[in-house]
Amino acid sequence: MSTGTQTEVVMPQMGVSVSEGTITKWLKQVGDSIQRDEPLLEISTDKVDTEVPSSADGVVSQILVQEGETVEVGTVLAIIAPAGAEVAPPEPTPAAPEPAPAPAAAPAQPEPVAAVTPPPAPEPVQAEATPAPTAAPVTPAAAENGRTFVSPVVARIAAEHGVDPSAVPGTGTGGRVTKKDILTFIESGAAAAPPPVPTSAPPVEVAPPPAPEPVAAAEPAPTPPPPAAPEPEPAPVAAAPAAAPATPPSPAPAAPAPAAEPVAAQAELAPGEELEPMSAMRRGVMAHMRRSVDTAAHVTSAIEVDMARVVALRTKLKPELAAQKVNLTYLAFIARATVDTLLDYPWVNGELRGQSIVTRPYVNLGIAVALDEGKGLIVPVIRNAQDLNLTGTARAIQDIAERARTKKLLPDDVQGGTFTITNPGSFGTFHGTPIINQPQSAILGTYALVKRPWVIQDDLGSDVIAIRPVMNLTLTYDHRLVDGAYAGMCLRDIRDRLESWDEAGY
Amino acid sequence: MPEMTYIQAISDGLRLEMRRDQRVILLGEDVGVYGGAFKVSLGFQEEFGPWRVIDTPLSETAIVGGATGAALMGMRPVAEMQFADFISCAWDQLVTVAAKQFFRVGTPIPIVVRLPSGGGFSGGPFHSQNPESSFAHIPGLKIVCPATPHDAKGLLASAIEDPNPVLFFEHKHLYRRIKGDVPEDRYTVPFGSANVHRPGDDATVITWGAMVHTANDAAAELAKEGFEVEVLDLRTLIPWDKERVLEGVRRCSKVLVLHEDTRTGGFGAEIAATIAEEAFEHLDAPVMRLAAPDTPVPFSPPLEKAFIPQVDDVVSALRELAEY
Repeated sequence: MSTGTQTEVVMPQMGVSVSEGTITKWLKQVGDSIQRDEPLLEISTDKVDTEVPSSADGVVSQILVQEGETVEVGTVLAIIAPAGAEVAPPEPTPAAPEPAPAPAAAPAQPEPVAAVTPPPAPEPVQAEATPAPTAAPVTPAAAENGRTFVSPVVARIAAEHGVDPSAVPGTGTGGRVTKKDILTFIESGAAAAPPPVPTSAPPVEVAPPPAPEPVAAAEPAPTPPPPAAPEPEPAPVAAAPAAAPATPPSPAPAAPAPAAEPVAAQAELAPGEELEPMSAMRRGVMAHMRRSVDTAAHVTSAIEVDMARVVALRTKLKPELAAQKVNLTYLAFIARATVDTLLDYPWVNGELRGQSIVTRPYVNLGIAVALDEGKGLIVPVIRNAQDLNLTGTARAIQDIAERARTKKLLPDDVQGGTFTITNPGSFGTFHGTPIINQPQSAILGTYALVKRPWVIQDDLGSDVIAIRPVMNLTLTYDHRLVDGAYAGMCLRDIRDRLESWDEAGY
Repeated sequence: MPEMTYIQAISDGLRLEMRRDQRVILLGEDVGVYGGAFKVSLGFQEEFGPWRVIDTPLSETAIVGGATGAALMGMRPVAEMQFADFISCAWDQLVTVAAKQFFRVGTPIPIVVRLPSGGGFSGGPFHSQNPESSFAHIPGLKIVCPATPHDAKGLLASAIEDPNPVLFFEHKHLYRRIKGDVPEDRYTVPFGSANVHRPGDDATVITWGAMVHTANDAAAELAKEGFEVEVLDLRTLIPWDKERVLEGVRRCSKVLVLHEDTRTGGFGAEIAATIAEEAFEHLDAPVMRLAAPDTPVPFSPPLEKAFIPQVDDVVSALRELAEY
């Protein structure tokens, strides 16, 4: 990526389906010196927000993409010149988001002069010098960027499986997609997904291909705006049949492809209204939630859990674990009990894939983490959660939550979940109906722990009213796969584990 | 099964062939009374007599020419060069006469030329070379490069049995360094059949001779990092086991061709080119070659070490492939 003396910093590939990212903040400005691996800028994609480090020591010589702009993976964002090198003045950097025509226009200026005096006069050369530094490095970047190189074997496998190699996360040199990467990608089933959708969309729900009726369920397009246009608006309401997958979208009626300029969405603002651009994360959440509701048959069941044993145990263990810098939360207990229970209910931990049911002997547990004071949401994943004891679970939750808030999550941290827990109860809510994190089959909601009058049996077997800490848990499940009895048994087992928590067992 | 060094296995194989077949005779400088430069034929003259173990004048041309003539007359001569390097003197007899005789006249020339080759012990530029690729280029010759005692004995039997001129490259640095179980009785190892010296699926190293052991040590190093490298010992270069090589390439998709001979025009180039032609769509990385640089073999021990691919060199080449 280094062109002789300069080094280009490009938009990194941040996950399987991520094809673009938005520059949220430049941490360095032109002229600042920077060290290799030192954070240079912050970007936001529909999977994660993260920092992009510098790929070389030196001085920031050019910043080519401004804050707020969304560009494709591989786009050159900045140029790092070696320390002491002459730093180009900021002017040549295109300030407007539409730089393309500008350089073209510049050389056009001296052209007439050249027409009069055929031999190339020195002046026009100078005039052309300005756009050159911007344009020149871009081409080698595309060629040298490992991500764009597809090895013969990867090309062949991609062709055989109909996979777009650029959708595969690469682990090779410069992010190149290796044979292993693409084979893993195909094995994971991600290949079945239509390109623009993040995770493997559950295809084929016996949808009659171009039936006109389902059109009613309109869905926001999954937001691939044309790369050049950093359109701040949410993608328009394209009339695409929600559940018509696999089959090519071509027969979809009415939906004209270039609906990029939304008419309705741009309706004038009422007095007092304000327009706010949508973050990449917001767009991701938006598309995902809509898709999930359109995909799964959501049903929610709730159960009340007497948390007295858990409360007592937590009170006892908390100082001990605090010494190990582990914050023992109720969520850790619930996660632990849930993971054990899920192994007994593989369909709750499973997935519908085509006409088949996928089950697995492990639980990759997603934990919904609220960001930005409730204005953002991300679901990092604890892999092989079944291998963790209570302390390990608490530590893992703490780790991913912390990294989510400090934007240190890696793309793989948000992939591959098999089940999700969301915890809106910390604000006191006692019930909810969360939306399933596709392509999973269920999501557990945890709610406020409330002291309530509770009927229990005393030593003599008589009913008495006691004050007990009680928590509601909800299981929202996809009724296409999970039936009510199965979900009920699963919830019951989670409750029983929590109510009969055996200290030694965990 | 007795354990033998590489050189003992050669000696043993040769003795068995001579006991088994009266037509097998030995020619070379000091092979008789002295027992050969490396003592491969020590005691042979006592056992088989001076007419079957012939001390020749100091002339490689005479040795190969004499062997060729004897072969024409129905013998199965085994000629010894004291060092493989000296075979240049016999080039004309070997390349112009022996290699082309069957093609021109239809009379086979079943000779074996034993060639102590390779470096690693400060032999300097005249006593350390691996000239196999020069002869692999000549149609009509067969090239054998055993890496283990077992293969040395079995391939020598096959070479003596073969109706063509066979160049038998014995790596001197393996002579007394490498030991292994060798069957007591006669057996043959077929030509053109590669041996999986070490299995693996992440990359395949294609090599022969002493480099098999270097590759093996490097593969063991990489295995600690979870990168499993196949070490494929070609055993014979002409013919070479193309099918097995291509199978490994299709399975592993990453390839290192390794040889002790110098790089340019080395036999590794032939292998690399064949892979590019026939398994291009299975490659996940450029075919990598690791070989000695294009210089004569240096005498100075540190320089020679820098010249011959070492375990560390193979490890870093494999790491590069692993990370690619």
